[in-house]
Amino acid sequence: MPDDNRHPWPHKDLLDVTQLDAAEVRRLLDLAAGFQEINRRPVKKVPTLKGKTVVLFFAENSTRTKTSFDVAAKRLSADTFALSTAGSSINKGESLKDTGLTLQAMNPDVIVIRHQSSGAARYLAELLPCGVVNGGDGWHAHPTQALLDCFSLREVWGDDFAGRELLILGDIAHSRVARSNLHLLRMLGVKVRLCAPRTLLPAGVDHWPAEVYSDLDKAMDGVDAVMCLRLQLERQQAGLLPDLSEYSRRYCLDFRHLHKAKPGCRVLHPGPMNRGLEISSAVADAPECLVLDQVAAGVATRMAILYLLATRTEGGAA
Amino acid sequence: MLSIRNARHLDAPVDLLVDGARIVTMTPAGHVAPPEGCEVFEAHGLRLFPSLTDAHVHLREPGFEYKEEIATGLDAAAHGGFGQVMCMANTKPVNDTAAVTRFMLERARESHPDGPRLYPVAAASVGLKGEALAPLAEMRAAGCVAVSNDGRPLESAELVRRIMEYAADLGMVFIDHCEDPHLARGWLMHEGDVSGMLGIKGQPAAGEAMQAARDIMLAEYLGLPVHIAHVSSRLTVDLIAWGKARGVRVTAETCPHYLLLDETALEGYNTLAKVSPPLRTADDRAALREAVASGIVDILVTDHAPHAAHEKDETLDLAPCGLTGLDLALSLTWELVREGALTEADVHRLWSRRPAEIFGLPRNDFAPGDPADFFLFDADATWEVTPEALRSRGKNTPFLGRRLHGRVRHHWLGGKALF
Ligand SMILES: [Zn+2]
Repeated sequence: MPDDNRHPWPHKDLLDVTQLDAAEVRRLLDLAAGFQEINRRPVKKVPTLKGKTVVLFFAENSTRTKTSFDVAAKRLSADTFALSTAGSSINKGESLKDTGLTLQAMNPDVIVIRHQSSGAARYLAELLPCGVVNGGDGWHAHPTQALLDCFSLREVWGDDFAGRELLILGDIAHSRVARSNLHLLRMLGVKVRLCAPRTLLPAGVDHWPAEVYSDLDKAMDGVDAVMCLRLQLERQQAGLLPDLSEYSRRYCLDFRHLHKAKPGCRVLHPGPMNRGLEISSAVADAPECLVLDQVAAGVATRMAILYLLATRTEGGAA
Repeated sequence: MLSIRNARHLDAPVDLLVDGARIVTMTPAGHVAPPEGCEVFEAHGLRLFPSLTDAHVHLREPGFEYKEEIATGLDAAAHGGFGQVMCMANTKPVNDTAAVTRFMLERARESHPDGPRLYPVAAASVGLKGEALAPLAEMRAAGCVAVSNDGRPLESAELVRRIMEYAADLGMVFIDHCEDPHLARGWLMHEGDVSGMLGIKGQPAAGEAMQAARDIMLAEYLGLPVHIAHVSSRLTVDLIAWGKARGVRVTAETCPHYLLLDETALEGYNTLAKVSPPLRTADDRAALREAVASGIVDILVTDHAPHAAHEKDETLDLAPCGLTGLDLALSLTWELVREGALTEADVHRLWSRRPAEIFGLPRNDFAPGDPADFFLFDADATWEVTPEALRSRGKNTPFLGRRLHGRVRHHWLGGKALF
């Protein structure tokens, strides 16, 4: 494996990118690059995590993220099993504590949790001895998404992150993707801009280390990349937006906006996209748009995380 | 007759003479010999306090006895220094009829015949639903001393007006839980920097202040009193000061936790710090400290809100609001005295004299004829906040693990020793 095994990975869990330092992020991305190479081979499987068990506990629906973790674990030969609140396996009334203890009784090496409550991953990590990966908790954090986004950007930019400018566009207030990316990109030296109507900006955003815009044209001026967020349609019902067509007129990313950016500006989107709402179909299909690269990066990055957490107690033998 | 010898009252060593349920005299220590045949209690310099009055507790009975019973709540009160507690109406059933009031008082008499004394607070609206005025006169007759929709903010200014008017005829003070129900929908904490970074829905301090402003204006217009419950923000403090300056009959309370903690206590999604109204900013905390010292905020209350351990052992969105308070309130207040934010005399005023004045309850100023409600406090004793150290059934407090100062050693109520 490409990892430097002399230093055991110091973290039991991956709850938020804020627990990592820049050197750890680089190590993780380097490792992911090695796995990306495996993913391009005809036989995309290595025995690295044979005999390890990864639980995919998705209390909130997300086929994409769950599949990505599942593929990542299987390519490392780990056994996976999934538990969804939607299925019959979890009683709606059961507490997170009891679900967590039940999962732990199966003695997994890593549990990946996706949950609608901010702080749920942390709760589980404090409760259980196994590694916990935050697959997205409420509006709080989505560390693997931020890592895969940086992985995708690194394939374009190389290690040349410092001084770059990136715009995060859309519903910042309710976005764990925005929060995790802000922290991670800042750590790597990227200047971050945010753009949204004020109703979709979080409390205290003026104290965030980012420039805040409400005008998309101005926000796009000279950026190296733009990250579109998915707009949840219920924001309009909640009274945060007048109607979706007005939103798309003001904030839908199209080529007019891309022309304001630096040449070679890349577009990211965590998916699934609302074409015509937050991103125009033409931009979504353009070569500048990295959305499919992000999907591939997601598997590689998650392989790296599962590897580091599942082998951290083995004294470097991999 | 009972003589307490060598106690310390504020800065002076004193002897206290009690006859039955009444104070006879308080004199400088050693000046007057105890009368013949008098029972003598040597206080060894412990601080002498008037029994405290907590005007805002939730005792959970009837309906939620697994969180607290009147018996366990009063036990925590007695050991916390409280001789009188006012319990809110959000029980199951709600205390919106004389039958529920009588039940509460019966439970108190059975478990604590010598006190602490329980004073139920009548629900302001039927079922606390904020729609129809509750039968306040029958609850007054049964023993309620005040009226409140606590736990549920009143959306209708018209109903607030009618509650103030109807309660005034009965000599009941209206205790106002101020919160704009629209601005506050779905909140888990204060809306600000911390909620923004945690990805948690917050409520702005403006929502509390807006209803306080509305109801202070109503009180001015009607010439009637209003008591603002658990003030949490500088903006509300400013409005209360404004009302007082205009001569409005507005009084207010806050809780020790708002004087000691702020929104950062929620970092790490600490459900034990989830409370209603939420812990706000360091600036709000500073404003509240000044307000209790100056008397703009008249009194301290615990807003004692016990919950079962499993209810708080949840994610922040599912955990209920509230923290246990009766066991801790005096020691927490003493931390402020030790820091110099309050004086010992402030403690007497905030926890004893003013609450009794506002709600028309018995009070002990250690004047001849006052009720013999007092306790001896060991301010130098330190103790660690552990579940076992708390007599309340509720162990839910963000102060778990903290070392605090001050323990109540002996407590007399109506001249009878509670312990
Ligand atoms: Zn309340």
